[in-house]
Amino acid sequence: MTDRSFEDLWRGNAPQVLAALLRRYGAAQLDLCEDAVQEALLAAHQQWPTAGAPADARGWLLTVARRRMIDRIRSEHQRREREHAYADAWRPLADAETGHADDSVEVLRLCCHPSLSTPAQVALTLRAVAGLSTAQIARAHLLPEATIAQRISRAKARIRAVGAVFPEPSDADDRLDPVLAVLYVMFTEGHTSTEGADVNDVRLSDEAIRLARMLHRERAHDVEVAGLLALMLLTDARRAARTGARGELVPLDEQDRTRWDQELIAEGTGILDAALAGGRHGPYSIQAAIAALHDDAPSTETTDWPQILALYRLLELETGNPVATVNRAVAQAMVHGPESGLAAIDEIADARVRGDRRRIASVRAHLLERAGRPEEAIAEYLDAARATLSIPERDYLRARAARLRGGAAGSAAG
Amino acid sequence: MKYMILMQVRPDVLDALTAEQMQAIGEGHQAFIDSITASGEMLGTVALADPSQSKVVRGAAGGPEVVDGPFAETKEFMGGYYLVEVESEERALELARQIPDAAIDGLALEVRPVMFSAGSDV
Repeated sequence: MTDRSFEDLWRGNAPQVLAALLRRYGAAQLDLCEDAVQEALLAAHQQWPTAGAPADARGWLLTVARRRMIDRIRSEHQRREREHAYADAWRPLADAETGHADDSVEVLRLCCHPSLSTPAQVALTLRAVAGLSTAQIARAHLLPEATIAQRISRAKARIRAVGAVFPEPSDADDRLDPVLAVLYVMFTEGHTSTEGADVNDVRLSDEAIRLARMLHRERAHDVEVAGLLALMLLTDARRAARTGARGELVPLDEQDRTRWDQELIAEGTGILDAALAGGRHGPYSIQAAIAALHDDAPSTETTDWPQILALYRLLELETGNPVATVNRAVAQAMVHGPESGLAAIDEIADARVRGDRRRIASVRAHLLERAGRPEEAIAEYLDAARATLSIPERDYLRARAARLRGGAAGSAAG
Repeated sequence: MKYMILMQVRPDVLDALTAEQMQAIGEGHQAFIDSITASGEMLGTVALADPSQSKVVRGAAGGPEVVDGPFAETKEFMGGYYLVEVESEERALELARQIPDAAIDGLALEVRPVMFSAGSDV
C-alpha cells in the first residue's frame, strides 16, 4: 500500500468518525470532537505506514478519537471544576456511536453553516470533512498557518455560539445549496491558485472534487449534486490546456483540445446524463450541460452555439444573475453576430458598477474586436485589465490590447 | 537594515506595454524573487491591484469618510513593494536596479529605510 492510499483511507473516514462523536456529544462540542479526530488522523499517519492499516480502519480511528475525546473532556472538566463551571461535554447526549446511516453529509452541512463567512466555511470543511491538516490548508491558500488556525477556531466558536445542532433536523427539501456553493467556491479558488512544490501540498480544486464525489455517493438522486460534480469534472478536464508554457492564460477558442482529459469528460458527461434523465435541472446541471457541449466540440466553430444559447437563457431565467446574461451575450454573438451580443450586454449596463466590471468589460472587448471596432476594443481590454485581481488574466488582457494596437498600427502603415 | 523598495507605476505606461515587455517583467520579477530569497534578503513582496480599485478612508471632523480613491490628480501610483533585509543602502539600491521595472521608461523604484515593521513578513 502506498502512502497516498493510506492517506485516502484515513481521510476518507474522517467525516464519519467526526459524525459519530458529534452525535454523541453535540455540535456545541465541535471544537473538542474535531481536535480528537485530527489526533486520530495523526496517529494513523504515524502508525499505519509501518504497522499496516487495520482491517477496520474506521473502527480504529473511532476508538482512538473517542479515547482522545475522553482525555480532553477529563482535562476540560477538571479545569472547569476549578473554575466552578459545568462541563456540558461530561454528559454525552447518546450512547450509541455507530449504527447510524452515513452522516458525512450532515458534517458537511454543519461546516457550511450559513452563519459562517465563506472563507470560514471553506477552511472548516477542508479540515473537518476533507481531513486536511491546518498546515496543508494554509499552504493551499498561501497563508500563514496561524491565520488558518485562527480562522478555523473562530468558525468552531461561532458554530457553538449560534447553537447549531447535529444532526440538523431534516426538512422536506434538505437544502444543500450552501454546501454546493462552498464546494464551488473551493473549486474555482483552487483553479486559479499557484501550484505547490511540497509533496504534501494539495490542490483546492482536487479537494472540492473529492468532496463533491463523496456528496454524490450519498445523494446520487440529487440532480444539482450530480450537476456540480459533472461541472467540476468537465471544467477540470481542460486544466492542462488552460495555461501555456509560461503560465499564461489560454482562452477556450485557442486551447489545444487534444490536451483535454477525455476520461474526465466521459465521466462528467455520464454523471450529467444520468442526472438529467430524471427530467429535472438546476443552475449547476445547466452549467454542466454547457460545459459538456464545449468539451464535446472539436473546435469553436463546430460548437453547438444555438444549444448553448438556449441553455444560458434557461440559466438566466432560473437565477436572474447578470453573469448568466454576460455569458448568454457571448453565445448570442456566436449565433447572431457580435453586434447582437453587444446589444445583449447593454441590457445589463448597470451591473457594471455593481462589481461585474471585469467580466463585462472583458466580454465587450472581445465582441468589439470581432465586430471590427479595434479602438473601442482596446479601451475595454485595458479597463478589464485594470479591474482584475489575477496577474495572468491582467497580462492576457493587456496582451490582447497590445496585439490590436500593433494590428491597427500595421494596417495604418500599410 | 530593512528597506522597502516601492514600485512606482504609471497606469498609462503599463497600458502601453507590449506582450514581450510584460513577459520580460513577469519573468524578471520571478528571477529577482528567487535570487533575493536564495540570498536571504527577501522579507516579503506584494503586487497591488490597479488604483481604480482603491478606496480611501480619510480622517474628517465628523468621523472618517470613505471615498473612491486614490488621488485623481496623481499620475504615479504605488504598484507594490519588496521588503528586504540588506547590509547597506548601497545594496538596497543595487537590488532596486535589478527589478525589471527599472528597465522600463516611465516606471520608478523608491528605496526607503524602514523604521518599524510587524506581521508575518518580518
